[in-house]
Amino acid sequence: MKISLAWLREFVELTESSDELRVILDDLGLVVEGVERVGEGLEDVVVARIDEIHAIEGADRVRLVVVDAGHGPLEIVCGAMNIDLGDHVPLAPIGAVLPGGFVIAQRQMRGVTSNGMLCSARELGLGDDHRGLMVLDEIIEPVVGVGLMEALSITPDVVFDITVEGNRPDAWSVEGVARDLATRLGRPLWSPRLAEPNGEETSAAYASAGIDDPDLCGRLTVSVLHHVRVGPSPSWVVDRVQSAGMRAISNVVDASNLVMLELGQPTHAYDAAHVAQRTLRARRARRGEMLVTLDGVQRELATAGRGLGDTGEDCVIVDGDDTVLGLAGIMGGATSEINDATTDVLLESAYFDPMGIARSSKRHGLRTEGSNRFERGVDPGLALRAAARFVHVLHESCPELEWLRDPLDVAGITPTPPTIEFDERDIARVLGVAIESDEVTSILTGLRFDVSVSGERFTVVPPRARPDVRGGVAGSADVIEEIARLHGYGRLPRHTPTWPQPGGLSERQKLRRHLRDVVVDLGAAECWTPTLGSDGDFDLLRPEGARVRITNPLASDEAVLRATMITGLVRAWGKNLERGTGNVVLAEIGNVFTHPDVTASPRMTKGGVGGSVTLTLPQENERLTVVLGREGDDATAAVAFWATVAERLGLADVVVRTSDTPEPGFHPTRVAQLVDRASGTVLGSVGEVDSVLVEGLVASAPARRLGLVDVDFDALSDPSRATRRSEFAKVPSRFPSAVIDLAFVAPEPLHAQDLAFELRGASELVEKVELFDVYRGSNLPDGTRSLAYRVRFSSDEGTLSEVHVATARDQLIARAGSLGATLR
Amino acid sequence: MTSSPLANLADQTAGLLATIAGLDSIDHLREAEPTITGKRSILSALQKSFGVLAPEDRKEAGAQLQEARRVVESALESRRRELSQLARARTLLEDGLDLGDVVLGDARWPASVGHPSLIAITQRELEDVFVAMGFTVSEGPEVESDWYNFEALNIPPAHPARGLWDTFYVELGEPETVVLRTHTSPTQIHLMEEAVAKDSLPIHSVMPGRCFRRDTPDSSHLATFHQIEGLVVDRGISFADLAGVIETFTRAYFGPDIESRLRPGYFPFTEPSAEFEVTCTICRGEGCRTCSQTGWIELGGCGVLDPAVLAAVGIDGHEWSGFAFGFGIDRCAQMRHEIADMRALIENDTRFLEQFS
Repeated sequence: MKISLAWLREFVELTESSDELRVILDDLGLVVEGVERVGEGLEDVVVARIDEIHAIEGADRVRLVVVDAGHGPLEIVCGAMNIDLGDHVPLAPIGAVLPGGFVIAQRQMRGVTSNGMLCSARELGLGDDHRGLMVLDEIIEPVVGVGLMEALSITPDVVFDITVEGNRPDAWSVEGVARDLATRLGRPLWSPRLAEPNGEETSAAYASAGIDDPDLCGRLTVSVLHHVRVGPSPSWVVDRVQSAGMRAISNVVDASNLVMLELGQPTHAYDAAHVAQRTLRARRARRGEMLVTLDGVQRELATAGRGLGDTGEDCVIVDGDDTVLGLAGIMGGATSEINDATTDVLLESAYFDPMGIARSSKRHGLRTEGSNRFERGVDPGLALRAAARFVHVLHESCPELEWLRDPLDVAGITPTPPTIEFDERDIARVLGVAIESDEVTSILTGLRFDVSVSGERFTVVPPRARPDVRGGVAGSADVIEEIARLHGYGRLPRHTPTWPQPGGLSERQKLRRHLRDVVVDLGAAECWTPTLGSDGDFDLLRPEGARVRITNPLASDEAVLRATMITGLVRAWGKNLERGTGNVVLAEIGNVFTHPDVTASPRMTKGGVGGSVTLTLPQENERLTVVLGREGDDATAAVAFWATVAERLGLADVVVRTSDTPEPGFHPTRVAQLVDRASGTVLGSVGEVDSVLVEGLVASAPARRLGLVDVDFDALSDPSRATRRSEFAKVPSRFPSAVIDLAFVAPEPLHAQDLAFELRGASELVEKVELFDVYRGSNLPDGTRSLAYRVRFSSDEGTLSEVHVATARDQLIARAGSLGATLR
Repeated sequence: MTSSPLANLADQTAGLLATIAGLDSIDHLREAEPTITGKRSILSALQKSFGVLAPEDRKEAGAQLQEARRVVESALESRRRELSQLARARTLLEDGLDLGDVVLGDARWPASVGHPSLIAITQRELEDVFVAMGFTVSEGPEVESDWYNFEALNIPPAHPARGLWDTFYVELGEPETVVLRTHTSPTQIHLMEEAVAKDSLPIHSVMPGRCFRRDTPDSSHLATFHQIEGLVVDRGISFADLAGVIETFTRAYFGPDIESRLRPGYFPFTEPSAEFEVTCTICRGEGCRTCSQTGWIELGGCGVLDPAVLAAVGIDGHEWSGFAFGFGIDRCAQMRHEIADMRALIENDTRFLEQFS
């Protein structure tokens, strides 16, 4: 909201500089996003008359112009062609600083000296016109040598661009901002000049008004104005309206806008000649009713939208024939619009239900100055005061204006302000400091709250302009916020609390940090790939699969929640490859999503209006995905990477088992599952990226293998699924170990790591078992291979005898035998 | 009278189909293709021979030939698919590797230098500051119901305040009931509900996490971003405690010469609400372009928990009170590292990633 300082000063005495005011406004929560200084840079600009125009030899784009600005002839080189002898134009003399900081200096152009600059409206910040010089004769009767600001009656002003928070509809006006300032500064707030009805006739004798649906329209006032002459507004009205960034249109429209900007009440003027029976009624739109709004769009009314809680209701204003004239509070229709021939006006100044306006405005995609204010809540008591201000403003350009007695005023349902009780201790309890009773009273009175004090107890009723203030305990929080705001947040004390409960990370969070550290230690660069992807990407791994879709994506290729991070990482690798930096390991820890229809454990939660519906949400699964993209990387590198991770995380019992189950994204014959033996949980997969996927994602994909590790972090962080090594440390034997090699002929279905685990458990003497050779050959039976292990034995009791070792060896062979593996 | 050039078309087509069925590799198929459907094929030859036909017969002949060509081409394509699937199956079989049999001693071991993501680093630093102040760390899901994301936070359906968050809706349930969370605040609701259910108040926790807003990315915003929020629910907690926590955090994270200040703001879930600003880290408060000459940078929002929010989760507001605050993790990272364009964070260019350790 743009607010002019000069306008504010009509409501409250402000002696502070604009910089000081900016700080005060910020501190009141009326955040100043920008400050515009009107007239800045125009101080030195004067009115000059064009006396001579000469061509410059060799130049067809510029001419030499001789002007008089009151001190004799001055030669200036000028590129504009829209001037004639005798025209008056703005001259920025040497040394002038134009808006934007441009400094005018003496310049040489085409061998001619130019002693200043003749300006366009845009160069002066006075308009958009930059097609030529600003010819003053078109707008004023110029006098040579007079300052431009004086000539155009521009008053220097400062315009603050203020953001008004959604809970402060009362501050969305000049008067509202002035009220905050007056209260903070302890100064009186002045009221604007208002008109009194001056007509002989009563309003009811000429027009009528009614409310059919009092829940949607809380108050409808209609003022009857005779002898209106539509024409331009007085210049001060134009200035005010323009200072707020709106365009001046006509005296009637400008007065309506001025009142809205100044007091916060939107009004609507109808040409009485086009309102059947001069009757305005507010009612619910009926299904199937249509309206062409002022923006020329035909709108179907009373049709339920898709928005949550949208009942499809629209409040409309109809005339005496029950014809819809406008969408109440949002936009009028074309038929009853004010035009040059209008002489009699019905002025609607009303209160509409904020939620109703919000729903209609959202559904019709129609946000207007009016709807923005009504949906936040306009003061229901303001309607006739705003009408009186409107009439006062319009009167200046329509001296014969007649405002009929007893304006029509029909009541619907408006919220009743709550009565809120609290005491001094409540203030101290919320703010951490006591505020003097006198200060509380003066703040709240300044903000127009009704306050009565009894001992330490305050009983407070907010003004009707403050619909944000609720009843009960919540209301006292609202009031205490107002006390704190006007008192000044910066003046409140600070106290850092302590508590006996320790802070810290959960086991899962610690493990995630540990995992991230390990992955980074192993050379991975951690990535952040998109959560939202395309259907095409999704289909690469799960064609036709159920997917979680976004209703309103920003782009069609960002419409699906990812089911894997493999796609994103492979694409990221491809981009790096294109840049010549493909020799990298990329990793990501993040969430992937599964549609509730295809997951065994969908998440149930409450939702809908009032949380009354049970919703089924997608399963979210946190994973670690690593793509090993260095030259030479392949599935074995991925196995080694995983083995290191598992070792560093202290996983006791995970084996790599080749799997026949295809895993999306993995090379179908180079993939294995990571299985926790104790729980049987599959913690993830290891292998290579399917070359088909790489070709689908990476332009000019090289024939290169990519290692791939994909781990379910939810499983990993659950000790019942991912078994940890015991925390108890073992002191190694002081006695020498014995090392033997054992080669078994093992059937293919027996996994090498499972056999190793079995061997480890076969004798108490086993210290370590390590696979060191795998052999396949024609001298072995079909469906078998040779697995050779190095086994280290030791004992805390003493040096192992040959007998001990032989016994243990036999135990290992027997255990292997029980699994179908025979000593080779 | 010449017999129709298409007299033997049926036999010729059958012959071509037989040839196709006999192709046993993709290479053979590629070699044979010109003689089956290409320029050197019988089909092309027949086409050329139409010159002998009377003009009125050409249309009929053309249609017959077109049909024959369609049959042959479709057979060829399906054979091509079969053969390439076969070829892939063969390659995969030859390429197969029993990963359980990998001898780790022979494997290629990682030996390069890695880099954590800037977001992870920043999040950890922030968490550590709060953990040292006595906070735990909590997490929640990224897909939420409208109730957790809005209504329990005192933002009812159709309320204009919902417009403050540009929300991505998920195609599940009734329209606009499932959302990508627009802030980490729903985790506060989960946390409070859990504490009530377990009778385990007080709460002192921070909630980092990924959030989503339907906002076209530019140099200072991403549609996906990370936030950290804090929640304290305890006995006797006031606005002064909130201001104290913000101040302590600011000094601990940004450094002892960086100050914080609060000014009134609006959030439906806190009352009183405040925006918090810290001394501009670029100019140290002198005033510069980054801070629009004010010396302050807006970091986040905070406030005393609204009684309506406590009521929604069943916490007795007479016994317990609390505050909440929140700000952007990405924004902290951007401030500290002076990142000119936030989009660098999601481009995963290793030349960018390598700068962080």
